[in-house]
Amino acid sequence: MERLVDLAKMIRSKNSGPFLITLDVLFSEEKNYRRVKESGVINKETIEKAYHLSPGQLLDIVFFDSALGVKITYERSISSGTIGDRDVYGAQQHGPLMEILIP
Amino acid sequence: MILKETKILAPCGILGYGFPDTSFRRGLDDNPDAIIVDAGSTDAGPHKLGAKTAIVSRMAAKKDLKRIIGGGIEKRIPVIISSAGGSGGKEHVEWTLSIVQELFIEENWPSVKTAVIWADIPDKAIVDAMDKGHVIPMGENIPPLTKEKLMQTTGVVAQMGYEPILKALEEGYQLLIVGRAYDPAPFAALGVFKGHDLALSYHLGKVLECGALSCDPGTTKDCMMGVLGDDYFDVYPTSQTRKCTTLSVAAHTFYEKDHPYILHGPGCVMDLSMCTFKEVDKNRIRVQGSAIKPSDGYWIKLEGARKVAYRTFVVAGVRDPLLIRKIKEVEVLVEESVREQYSEIDPSLYTINFFNYGIDGVMGELEPLKDVPHEVCVLFEVLASTQEMASALCASLRSTFMHYGYEGRKSTAGNLAFPYAPSDVEFGAVYEFSVYHLMKVDSPLAFFPIEEWHAR
Repeated sequence: MERLVDLAKMIRSKNSGPFLITLDVLFSEEKNYRRVKESGVINKETIEKAYHLSPGQLLDIVFFDSALGVKITYERSISSGTIGDRDVYGAQQHGPLMEILIP
Repeated sequence: MILKETKILAPCGILGYGFPDTSFRRGLDDNPDAIIVDAGSTDAGPHKLGAKTAIVSRMAAKKDLKRIIGGGIEKRIPVIISSAGGSGGKEHVEWTLSIVQELFIEENWPSVKTAVIWADIPDKAIVDAMDKGHVIPMGENIPPLTKEKLMQTTGVVAQMGYEPILKALEEGYQLLIVGRAYDPAPFAALGVFKGHDLALSYHLGKVLECGALSCDPGTTKDCMMGVLGDDYFDVYPTSQTRKCTTLSVAAHTFYEKDHPYILHGPGCVMDLSMCTFKEVDKNRIRVQGSAIKPSDGYWIKLEGARKVAYRTFVVAGVRDPLLIRKIKEVEVLVEESVREQYSEIDPSLYTINFFNYGIDGVMGELEPLKDVPHEVCVLFEVLASTQEMASALCASLRSTFMHYGYEGRKSTAGNLAFPYAPSDVEFGAVYEFSVYHLMKVDSPLAFFPIEEWHAR
């Protein structure tokens, strides 16, 4: 088992507009990308658990072969920059994703 | 017919973020057909739009505008400043115009045929559209727009597509100060103006609107050149030190959007799933296969913010291990004490929040790690309907927290280390995005009037 952060070239989070957060994982080596994709570990259950998402909050998990990447998008509980928000740009929400173990 | 190539120089990702003189000069010497910069973003939250302030300093905007417009005048090519002032509303555009005017006088530039394209949407038009069911939320976690919320909103802008900008180019304008626009729209407008494919032009815009962010290492603070050809576009950095690879450009199509290859824009849907990326020269990447189709009806994205509260906050450090171990428990007791001290104030009129940096300040309840740190930065705030109330309650919160006699305390002289005196900071108004909806329009040009503008 290896952590996702050790297989990926880039792991990041960012707003996609003020109401969504999008997580990107990009790889420089196709074998790592294939390994992660084919492991099936990056799925709805894993992400909902890691990000405490209620049903419906996770919008999409999309693998994009030609860019060797996967994108995960979910709804914010609190929109960017208003009362209670902790991360206006959504740029520091990738921590839990990094630790996911890939067989 | 083989089209002549068109070169677009993108100096930086956000006007005011800056770019190296050497990269910009190399870009100009490469003879671009236009210089285009996106000045906008909603990334910094609702405050700039709601409070009608800029996202960069006046000094930073002026420094960049001087070089960009000066470069356009030197090369006699069009210059487009898009989403002017950051949020692209009337006040943001006027702020930009005041800087441009100052520059024309100070630099003694010759007259340039200049247009302003406004992007403010009148409330009445929105209400009419609402009555027809033509206003829908951008997502399921956004409440439907109500007239009450619209009236509380400080002004609504909409992201224009490429069409109004294309019209201004066709009318012969050389300098365009554009209000809120879809980030890639000014690039797409220039591409279509020169006879290029809309899909490639929009996709190129998606890459160039971030400056050199599609490089490795990526940055919004450096220049990027885009070249539109017959059935392709190329991109390359104008800096000699930055690299651009098939992976860095392909990866950039992921950036800041909800889907890796489907992009929804004003009146269109882009599909980048069939794109190919190949290196045609060292550091020069060719993209082909971008596709676009019209969306079902022409919808524009409305953006607006309203004031929701006033904030006063305190930053303090905690180093006492006894307090750190039970800090959340103590914070609950401190809040209860303040609410008791001010029992005459309706508790629903204010909110108290604690952020414990070092424990879970960034992630809050999502934080999976439970390590106990040796010091914690506590940020606490009161949000209330007036600044006066927020400050009064925050002062009480601070003094109560400072001296709170929690069970097991051994340090009885004070619980908090304040880095500053005074410790309490009046933040001012807090906003929220109250409008983030799509509105159906009859024409892409309908709400984006083009006006001739004179610097002198």
